[in-house]
Amino acid sequence: MINWFTKRNREELPDYWRTYEALFKEKPPQTLKETRFVVLDTETTGFDFKEDRVLCIGAVSLINNTIDLSESFELYIKQDRFNPQTVAIHGIIKNEKVNMLDEDEALKRFLKYIENSVLVAHHAGFDIGMLNQILKRMALPKLKNKVLDTMILYRATRITSNLIDQEKNYSLDEIAENYNIELQDRHTAAGDAYITAMAFIRIVAKLNKNGKLTPKDLFRIK
Amino acid sequence: MKNTIAERVADFLKRYPPFNLLNKEQLLEISRQVRIIYLEKDNVVYKQEDTGHDQFYVVHKGAVELKREEKEKVKTVDHCDEGDIFGLRPLFANENYAITAITEEESIVYGIPIDIFKPIATQNLNIGNYLLESFASNTKNPFSKEYTNKLYSDDEILLKNDPEIFDLQPVKYVKKVISAKPSSPIKDVAQLMFDKKVSSVVIKENGSPLGIVTDKDFRNLVATGIVPIENEVSRIMSSPVLCYPKHTTIAQAQISMMKHNVSHLCITKDGTANSKVVGIVSDHDIVLMQGNNPSVLMKAIQKASSTKKLKNIHKKIRVLLKGYIAQNIPLTHITKIIFELNDATIKRVIDRAISKIGEPPVKFAWISLGSQGRKEQLLHTDQDNAIIFEDVPEYKLEEVRAYFLLLATKVNKRLNIIGYEYCNAEMMARNPKWTLSISEWKDQFTRWTTTAGDDEILLCSIFFDYDISYGDSSLTTSLADHIFDITRDNQRFLSMLGVSALRNPSPMGFFRQLLVEKDGEYKDFFDLKKRALMPITDAGRLLILQHRVKNINNTAERFEKLAQLEPENKDLYLSCSYVAKSLLKFRTKHGLMHHDSGRYIELAALTKEEKMKLKRCFKIITQIQELIKFRFNLSHFL
Repeated sequence: MINWFTKRNREELPDYWRTYEALFKEKPPQTLKETRFVVLDTETTGFDFKEDRVLCIGAVSLINNTIDLSESFELYIKQDRFNPQTVAIHGIIKNEKVNMLDEDEALKRFLKYIENSVLVAHHAGFDIGMLNQILKRMALPKLKNKVLDTMILYRATRITSNLIDQEKNYSLDEIAENYNIELQDRHTAAGDAYITAMAFIRIVAKLNKNGKLTPKDLFRIK
Repeated sequence: MKNTIAERVADFLKRYPPFNLLNKEQLLEISRQVRIIYLEKDNVVYKQEDTGHDQFYVVHKGAVELKREEKEKVKTVDHCDEGDIFGLRPLFANENYAITAITEEESIVYGIPIDIFKPIATQNLNIGNYLLESFASNTKNPFSKEYTNKLYSDDEILLKNDPEIFDLQPVKYVKKVISAKPSSPIKDVAQLMFDKKVSSVVIKENGSPLGIVTDKDFRNLVATGIVPIENEVSRIMSSPVLCYPKHTTIAQAQISMMKHNVSHLCITKDGTANSKVVGIVSDHDIVLMQGNNPSVLMKAIQKASSTKKLKNIHKKIRVLLKGYIAQNIPLTHITKIIFELNDATIKRVIDRAISKIGEPPVKFAWISLGSQGRKEQLLHTDQDNAIIFEDVPEYKLEEVRAYFLLLATKVNKRLNIIGYEYCNAEMMARNPKWTLSISEWKDQFTRWTTTAGDDEILLCSIFFDYDISYGDSSLTTSLADHIFDITRDNQRFLSMLGVSALRNPSPMGFFRQLLVEKDGEYKDFFDLKKRALMPITDAGRLLILQHRVKNINNTAERFEKLAQLEPENKDLYLSCSYVAKSLLKFRTKHGLMHHDSGRYIELAALTKEEKMKLKRCFKIITQIQELIKFRFNLSHFL
């Protein structure tokens, strides 16, 4: 793969990026209690990394099983691309009344918000991939945060038994059903981020029965 | 910035006081600062004597118990559930917490920063008054119910976890009093009682109670012909009425009914017959309030109109169970009562689900597997269940199955809310693998018994212990007959089942010490289920299958039956029956003690007597395993 920012001198990276980057020099917290997780979801015009665009980013901040709503994140992004097919899912039309930002500004605020936290999402590969595409268009490197996928973590909570399909893909709906999480505001970025956060808390509690689980253990789960 | 989650929080809060007194902007302003906190069962929110947090709490989901420690005695002050506030007063009074708040189940609570709430609350006169009132109303007992600002009194059965507190609680009375004038004709009053479905009517003059008429008066005075039906009702009323003020305790009400040999009391404004009637209490209401009696719980289950109510009833079943175990009531009685209550709950849930989605297209049977199937489920454990439905033509099969899967999804979900955990192995009716027509079930068993591998044996042992919970028993009987037919003379299958019954050998080590788990989450704990309950259950199942006895699923009862069938082994079988019961009791006791399923036992915490008892049980298990080894000729398999 071509490393896209080699053309650009490191020194030329904007200040906000360098501030963000610098945070990763700090030693990350060693316990789950101290770790800040940013649980996020994006609504997009479709599933094509190249063609499609992010319309909305929703995220909540989770520390020690507590979501502080004064620290939640919800941004709508102005995009030229418009896909009537996905409007049915997320309900975001082209000229929403809510305040919309352009992509660069949205990402700048997002970086400031996430800092060096651990990012959590359901099918995280997709959301993180879409966000990295924005960074690429801005001629910036990829996100540097550690990422956890609730789909993979949830699978690890299921017992190993020949009676269960070990490769099954679990949807957010299925997981929510299993933990009795209400599906309010499903398919809005913020609503899905909240549901994912609630699922994440339960999954971690399940995996942490002996109370000794560390963030490192979570990163190791495949 | 738009904040979708804060809007949801505001939607929730506005349903409860004092938040219902705020305007939309204020509510949203508060909601934007809310902290959503997830707590597992038995987590402490704050402790007595802790300094005040920077926030107070509202229960969003789950339940929180408020306790106070006084002279080394811990008293439960209150239970908070959805919408209840706790931990607010110390913040206003700048005091330390006077009570401890601890979660009774998995809960989500909202933390509301006092810095945001205080200015809004002090600006708003209504809120100020509300808080003042709720803080002041408990001058007598500062830790009374009002402490949590409960405005909605629910007419539910009180939880009798402390008899002392129970008797002294204010009696709950019916507020909608049906009344009549003294001059009304007897017939009209009877019609009124019939229409309103009540058993008593207060006879009022100018708002104050003059007398009371009950069903009994009609029977004793009218039906016997003593008083003609056209007469005025004042001829048959009991007068004067016993009147009491609002805060009369349950104990007081009960004693006065006994003393005066009446079944009803009138609650009036000042407690005399000269003031307005505000309510009525009957002896029946008091029995219902006690709630610690299975027939009351049974009635409540059958009447329950929501899953939440069923969940509350189930908490009470746990209290009941605790009492039974503490009083050393024989386990056979306990299991039967608890089984009936569990069974009624399942039936009620299915009934409600059916009325929601429509009548089933064909006959079906909802079967419970595993411990509920064996009537050995005391504590809530996993739900294991399945559906058998009548055969239908091929082209209709999937349509019919779709109905039952929908039904199952609803029932499984509601049982989960009530407190039955989902089965980890998806051994539940919502799984399309376990919702089958009767022919499909028969084929399935034929396949399992002819090509038995380890998985099939495991499935057999789960599915053999099924019990019908709902529906048509001809389906389950037909399946049982089929199972006996295919297992008769199937020596290979019986041997396999025998091997599996012996897969967990006696839990005693070479030096007669108990074997504990070597690693994992429960290292150094003793696995009571795997090492003791399963071997005895497996043995009972295998032996009863050999005798082709159906409809006895309970392990202890199976061994009793075996003792009849094989007099030569009577002593051993009766011992086994005893062991099955005593192990189950052991598990239940430990489960209640530690608020879990009781499966894992910490050996260090056992008394010497308990250890001896366990060891005696294991000796019997070893003996029955020897018998199986010999009878099924298994020595070459092991």
